Amino acid sequence: MSEAKKDEILYDHHHDGIDRRGFLKCMAWAGTGTFCVIKGGVLNSYSFNRIGELDPSAMNGELSFAQISDSHMGFNKPANTDVVGTLKAAVDKINALKVQPEFLLHTGDISHLSKPEEFDTVDQILKSASTKNVFFVPGEHDVIGDDGKQYLDRYGKATKGASWYSFDKKGVHFVGLVNVMNLKAGGLGSLGSEQLEWLESDLKARTASTPVVVFAHIPLWSIYPDWGWGTDDSAQALGYLKRFGSVTVLNGHIHQTMQKVEGNITFHTAASTAFPQPQPGKADSPGPMKVPAEELRTLLGITDVNFVRGQQALAIVDSKLG
Amino acid sequence: MKGNRKWNGIVFGCALVFGLTIAVRSSADEATQKAAGSTSQVKIDNFTFAPGAVTVPAGTTVQWVNRDDIPHTVVSEDKSTFKSKALDTDDNYSYMFTKPGTYTYFCSIHPKMTGKVVVQ
Repeated sequence: MSEAKKDEILYDHHHDGIDRRGFLKCMAWAGTGTFCVIKGGVLNSYSFNRIGELDPSAMNGELSFAQISDSHMGFNKPANTDVVGTLKAAVDKINALKVQPEFLLHTGDISHLSKPEEFDTVDQILKSASTKNVFFVPGEHDVIGDDGKQYLDRYGKATKGASWYSFDKKGVHFVGLVNVMNLKAGGLGSLGSEQLEWLESDLKARTASTPVVVFAHIPLWSIYPDWGWGTDDSAQALGYLKRFGSVTVLNGHIHQTMQKVEGNITFHTAASTAFPQPQPGKADSPGPMKVPAEELRTLLGITDVNFVRGQQALAIVDSKLG
Repeated sequence: MKGNRKWNGIVFGCALVFGLTIAVRSSADEATQKAAGSTSQVKIDNFTFAPGAVTVPAGTTVQWVNRDDIPHTVVSEDKSTFKSKALDTDDNYSYMFTKPGTYTYFCSIHPKMTGKVVVQ
């Protein structure tokens, strides 16, 4: 993390101080990507920018995956008139990794207006990724007008409820949550009681030593509620995760990278592959941020994450599209 | 500050800024329309409905116009009285209010965005 950091965390879910190892706040304007490797249960993470300097053996680990987010296919405003091109660039970046991630996570806002052709285009582009294994969660732009029916038809066949699900990879438990449905006037993202009950029961079956990765579109920590950058009932979900030794929460939605480590949980938001959004409160609204063309790709990116085990904190480093 | 905005509307730019300031500062901001059967317009700009509250006689059609670079919706709080499709930039949606009452609505994509129509 080489970018200048600013203290922008306005709300803090856990004031209990229990098992509080530290509290890291950082923001990076650039689209970021991390290549992290678990070796013997310990995480190592590497900046894409530095990956060329690494001994290739350092990249070999037990599990790796890449996160992309907010492709907003169909967006064509001045902030980025080529969201196809920037998504393809993200896929190229993934394909160029010397050690290939085992799968991709897409943390929502696949489409801009929930149009079938927008989903089709993303699906087509992702077919060129070296890994065909992609896990999705919906963003609010993916469920417009039909309460998520189309999304469910396309991506939710093996899921529960509004398309939440969990799976295991090499001893790591992954949970995809949906917090963009049934939103209430004046509210933030919402998980809802049915999903929370499912989550509690899903996690109960796991031992506390199981590493857990939770991913959802809207941040599960309150980054900037005035702009809707938070989830109303996330505290309950995080409560179920407290007993685990290592938890990583991956989100999208805010089109910029932020990280916070709190107790056993590392929160992490990903950049968009489509367009950047302003820092919290630093503009009149969270609308698309127009930047000079030559800078755009430096603000978009992918995140390549290897799982954090034990007491190691996930780190984020930069991977720009340009 | 507004690098993300399309402030190319030369004529009404200043008026919009003024209108938004009022909307943000006063939750009781209201614009009263006189004649029934007329149209009242609400602009969506900077993730804000402006004016945030309008008071109209029964029979008035309220039209919402999206001036943002991001789609929004106009959905009544009960999610059934009225409900627009996704409004992309410059799209509009109209609904005629025939019965007196207070109608709170929001953008279902960005639920922090709320507004109110008071029908007399």
